Amino acid sequence: MSAVQAEALEKPAVGPPLWLLCELTYRCPLHCVFCYNPVDMRATGPELSTDDWLRVLREARALGAVQLGLSGGEPLARDDLEEIVAEAHTLGYYVNLITSGIGLNEQRIRALKEAGLDHIQLSFQDSTREVNDFLSSTRTFELKAKVAALIKRYDYPMVLNVVLHRLNIDHVEQILDMADRLGAEYVELANTQYYGWAWKNREALLPTREQLQRAEEVTQRFREKVGSRMRIFFVIPDYFERRPKACMNGLGSIFLTVAPDGTALPCQSARILPGIEFPNVKDQGIREIWYDSDAFNRFRGYGWMKEPCRSCPERTRDFGGCRCQAYLLTGDPTNADPVCELSPHHGLVTAAVERAERAARAGVEHPLVFRDHRA
Amino acid sequence: MSVPADTARPRIGRGFRLQWEEAQQAHVLLYPEGMVKLNGSAGAILSRCDGERTIAEIVADLEAVYGATGLEGDVKAFVEFALEKNWLELVSEEARA
Repeated sequence: MSAVQAEALEKPAVGPPLWLLCELTYRCPLHCVFCYNPVDMRATGPELSTDDWLRVLREARALGAVQLGLSGGEPLARDDLEEIVAEAHTLGYYVNLITSGIGLNEQRIRALKEAGLDHIQLSFQDSTREVNDFLSSTRTFELKAKVAALIKRYDYPMVLNVVLHRLNIDHVEQILDMADRLGAEYVELANTQYYGWAWKNREALLPTREQLQRAEEVTQRFREKVGSRMRIFFVIPDYFERRPKACMNGLGSIFLTVAPDGTALPCQSARILPGIEFPNVKDQGIREIWYDSDAFNRFRGYGWMKEPCRSCPERTRDFGGCRCQAYLLTGDPTNADPVCELSPHHGLVTAAVERAERAARAGVEHPLVFRDHRA
Repeated sequence: MSVPADTARPRIGRGFRLQWEEAQQAHVLLYPEGMVKLNGSAGAILSRCDGERTIAEIVADLEAVYGATGLEGDVKAFVEFALEKNWLELVSEEARA
């Protein structure tokens, strides 16, 4: 292999950050046990000002960002949300609001529509008031149903998101019935990914194989029943896979997150990775952060990989999986994601699944730690 | 789904947005939390699907602009594919009346 080819393999051309996720705030009225937000939110700095966010939008758009997620925490907790949406729309972003719906009344949804919001993704925690309210540690179910009706009335594509885990995965049929009644066009049944608060609660949340299989069968039957009226995405928990997910399409490849305090991250949970100084948008421009910072270059290409990833023909497809998961499970973010059965640490994942099976058989209930942004 | 008629008037489907992206030098279709980067011919076809022009008119325009003939089969096949994916929808005659 020539030196030029080797160089190209190590450092592929860096494309633009096509996807920008602005986590506008960590404040949230809910206390979900599966939230991926950091467990030490209070340790982060103060939230960016409106002007800072508008500058982030302009600079990222100039680099080619086009899909914009406005998330949190609960983004509606920011009273400048409408202003941020309006600027994003003017710049040519496709603007997605990712929300629990708490705080979305008719006045605000009208203002957001006028500002140019393209899409609202509404989360439910379950199909029944009891479980929804229990899992989010709030009384919010009926409020969410009202918000769903508002989303329809204001002619948004109706996208429901329900995070699945051991405590609600047996309700998939009722969840899909609810989604159909609400007129959802897309439903994401997203099995919990184990980061942040979900990692803290993993022993209580990981479902059993049998639960998972049943939920997939129910989903398939429902798909056949509703046809193209409702599209259902079922994201399986990667602990049950034999190969890792191509997390973020590789860190630093297309995805840029800006956390509430302005920290720029190559994925929402990357802040946990050790030994990396993440740049802040208050100190540096987006171009410099994306192309030049160590934080965004660290895991680009394949040069950082260890075996078995380094010589694996599948490395160009899955990029070694998720760096955060490798770190959480093995203590070293340059290891292969242990979800991969080729990883020498794969036993850590199968052991967690086995523990879940045993706990389910024995009827063990693990205590839950509810998210708290003042923690 | 069957091959669309010459007189059908396709437009971009509800929930989708078509736009030219300078950074990608391509038309893209944007939808809730997703994006499709279109190749040149797909971009050329979709950017003409405004709900006003018929498929016959779109074919004629493309043939004139690109100095080609016999594009009808390719255009119809792509429109059929795009209808299946909800990238396009057909404007009903009642809606136009």
